[in-house]
Amino acid sequence: MSTATKTTDIAHDDHHAQHQAEIKTFGFWVYLMTDLILFSTFFATFAVLAKNYAGGPGAKELFELPFLFVETMLLLVSSVTFGFAVIAQQQGKQKQMLTYLVVTGLLGLGFLGMELYEFAHMIGEGAGPDRSGFLSAFFTLVGFHGLHVTFGIVWLTVMIIQIVKVGLTSGVESRLARLSLFWHFLDIVWVGVFTFVYLFGLV
Amino acid sequence: MSNHTHKGAVEGSHSSVKSYLVGFVLAVVFTLISFACIALEQVPRKVAFIGLSIAALMQMLVHLRYFLHLDTSREQRWNVVFIAFTGVLVFIFVGGTIWVMMTLNSRMM
Amino acid sequence: MFGKLSLSDIPFHDPIVMGAIGSSTIGAVVILGLMTYYKKWGYLWTEWLTTVDHKKIGIMYIILAGVMLLRGFADAVMMRAQQAIAAGGNEGYLTAHHFDQVFGAHGTIMIIFVAMPFIIGLMNIIIPLQIGARDVAFPVMNSVSFFLTVAGAGLMMISLGVGEFSNTGWTGLAPLFEKEFNPGVGVDYWAWAFQLSGMGTLLGGINFVVTILKMRAPGMSLMKMPLFTWTSLTSSVLIIFSFPVITGALTLLTLDRYLGMHFFTNDMGGNMMMWNNLFWMWGHPEVYIVILPAFGIFSEVVSTFSSKRLFAYKSLVWATAVIMILSFTVWLHHFFTMGNTVNVNVFFGITTMLIAIPTGVKVYDWLFTMYRGRIRFTSPMYWMLGFLTAFVIGGMTGVLMAIPGADYVVHNSVFLVAHYHNMLIPGALFGYFAGFSYWFPKMFGFKLDEKWGKRAFWGWMIGFLVAFMPLYAVGFMGMPRRAAHYDDLSWQPYMITAAIGTAIVGLGIACQVIQLVVSFRKREELEDATGDAWDGRTLEWATASPPPEYNFAVVPVVGDLDAFWEMKEQGTAFRHYPVYADIHMPKNQPYGVIIGGLALGLGFAMIWYIWWLAIASLIGIIATIIISGSNDNDGYLIPASEVKRIEDLRFDRMAQAKKEKEEEVEKLSKEEVYEYSDKNN
Repeated sequence: MSTATKTTDIAHDDHHAQHQAEIKTFGFWVYLMTDLILFSTFFATFAVLAKNYAGGPGAKELFELPFLFVETMLLLVSSVTFGFAVIAQQQGKQKQMLTYLVVTGLLGLGFLGMELYEFAHMIGEGAGPDRSGFLSAFFTLVGFHGLHVTFGIVWLTVMIIQIVKVGLTSGVESRLARLSLFWHFLDIVWVGVFTFVYLFGLV
Repeated sequence: MSNHTHKGAVEGSHSSVKSYLVGFVLAVVFTLISFACIALEQVPRKVAFIGLSIAALMQMLVHLRYFLHLDTSREQRWNVVFIAFTGVLVFIFVGGTIWVMMTLNSRMM
Repeated sequence: MFGKLSLSDIPFHDPIVMGAIGSSTIGAVVILGLMTYYKKWGYLWTEWLTTVDHKKIGIMYIILAGVMLLRGFADAVMMRAQQAIAAGGNEGYLTAHHFDQVFGAHGTIMIIFVAMPFIIGLMNIIIPLQIGARDVAFPVMNSVSFFLTVAGAGLMMISLGVGEFSNTGWTGLAPLFEKEFNPGVGVDYWAWAFQLSGMGTLLGGINFVVTILKMRAPGMSLMKMPLFTWTSLTSSVLIIFSFPVITGALTLLTLDRYLGMHFFTNDMGGNMMMWNNLFWMWGHPEVYIVILPAFGIFSEVVSTFSSKRLFAYKSLVWATAVIMILSFTVWLHHFFTMGNTVNVNVFFGITTMLIAIPTGVKVYDWLFTMYRGRIRFTSPMYWMLGFLTAFVIGGMTGVLMAIPGADYVVHNSVFLVAHYHNMLIPGALFGYFAGFSYWFPKMFGFKLDEKWGKRAFWGWMIGFLVAFMPLYAVGFMGMPRRAAHYDDLSWQPYMITAAIGTAIVGLGIACQVIQLVVSFRKREELEDATGDAWDGRTLEWATASPPPEYNFAVVPVVGDLDAFWEMKEQGTAFRHYPVYADIHMPKNQPYGVIIGGLALGLGFAMIWYIWWLAIASLIGIIATIIISGSNDNDGYLIPASEVKRIEDLRFDRMAQAKKEKEEEVEKLSKEEVYEYSDKNN
């Protein structure tokens, strides 16, 4: 086989892989849209049940502004550190990228820890999800977001292990790109959560 | 690793430190506006609701633009179409539900 | 160890249930025994269970739909028999509780486990062929989708013998389905069967959208896509935007029932109308999910068998798109009687009536396609014509009920039952049957027997009319739906007539079974060697029947709406290339069947509170997803020589069939030749 045909073969394979990656990313994007609709179902339910306290505690007794602000900032900064990880990856700085990914994961864990603390605190005060329609909707919507963050962290951990073990293969890179979409997407949903669940309740 | 494998994906080739920092600053600004609406305790209720909604929408757009690098280029046409359609449907679902259930509640009083 | 499950949950005392379980168990044992005897387990595993080939997955979907159709029809027979006799002093042969489970199971099965798998099966087989692709975008996910649906169907079948099924109908009924009123496992069976298959469908929808938007053959712009592909695209878009709503609603119900939350309860701040709101936000688009692809099938069938280009293709595409968008804005018409304001009711009434406009456009387009066409009255065409006549009646009763005032009169009466069966049987099911007989030669390489096909059509068509027209009348007379017993004896003659209609439909189904057997036995006579069984117009007819694993040896280039017709006109169809290239295809994977099995375990464990099994299944599912997601080396190459061997074989077979046909014609006299060509065109 001559060198010329070999190069076209490789170019062809490259093109194939690129097309595959593009299809996967688009598919993942469509999945994110379905997730957005799922979240909007829970948002709509929360909106309808938001004042159904059933004699239990309401938003003003339960939500604390500074606590919420710290949570929000943790998630926002984690979005930026993930972005830095992607940039480091594009520049081929694997070590730097891993550092950023670990930082992102820790920030996510911090967010999750705060959320769990808040949940435990509320349940301890007798404001659990079975107390009223409002609290059911609150725990479900916020908890569902938290579940997504949990899956994000699991995925992130798997990716870190893969990068350490097999390096940045095209498969790993393509999965990392999709994880980054997922992570940024969660932050967008959180903007909706802190505005329409917490801040609206505190107005 | 060749660079062109990133093109065409939503995570575009033009991500840079600067874009993330600009996005971060804008996001913080909108978050602060939102929190200030509540913390100041002097904003009228109606203004607060409208202000919060606008700030949230703006912040979501900032995230889409600077973190997800969504733009109107040809490769991303379908991504934009899908998120726009999703936006319309979220509006129909959430807005419709609130409309239907709230008017129903008003008749149950 | 086994949660709430104990031996007493199997209803040994009920002869009807035990008869059903007994016969299904015997059937299953016979099949398993035969498989072991003929040593087919390995074949089943490598060729079917682990396959990622869209054609095979599609065929499995259709088999699932066929099996579940028989189960759902058995439920229908039970209901019709009960309502034919349970009038006045006669209590009928079913208890009210049993009857409630039967209508819930019938609805759930017919929508979720017959209509959905049937149409998704056809979409799976045909979409990649029509757009000139080698497979769907995510072949492994396709297999996962299928086995999640199977898991849901499995739960449905298990509910027959272990425990009970939901007594709140296929739509659920708040707050009756809450733990407080329904502490048994019936509602949980319904919710988990629904949830699992819904997730499978959602993944399938994503798959088809990406396949159609990103994998079309070069030259096929959106406005050159065949109409079935178009309607499948809109249907898939409806899936991805409406199924998350039902996933969410069922999740909320599950939280209510398992964790004591208050979403749809009538106390503690729950809101039971919210259930109706969420359910129909999914439920109305769902109607169009099952019906739009059938419209696509009718379009393909009418154009092929009229030997004409589809009339006003663009208007059909736009009508489809308008229906898709409008279907998101009408959900409240399913519960006008909730008692909302005039403004709300009028808004949803008008949007509902608007849908009649694009639908009417379609009906005229099909009529004008036939106008001055050279129509061949094959069995797909029979289904098409039956649909056209019956569907218009259903459409008109629909517009009638779109008027909120009129809806108050007939809401939850059997008039409504007649209406939606009138939409779904001719509208959706006849379409699937048309598609099944139209594409059967594509799937298996031989046509279905026409005589039995037409008999099946008459059975269904007459049976449908006899079964459902009386329901319109008796609905106006005030009979409520879902009644296990009624006192007004003037309704009984209508219900007896309806029962007779169901028996006639049963004859139709029997004809379909006979048709399959007869066709299989006459398969050599009915063989289609060309791959173009009906003188077709679209790309799926350009390849062999059944198509090779890679679908197209050379990806076709599209220049026209009726791409294959154009190729035949220009003489570029049936090209036998001297050289072929290697073809990259996805490898078989066991992940689909593993995830499906674990999902079945998860659902069963959750229903019976077997927590260890639920946790184990969930961990298993997550682990399988991580492993399959990390698998980068998922394809293999079919070498060019192998492609050439397969293609040579095809063209040899084609040439031989042509020769045989010519010899046959030569033997005939002149008049017979004329007749022969008439019969074969």
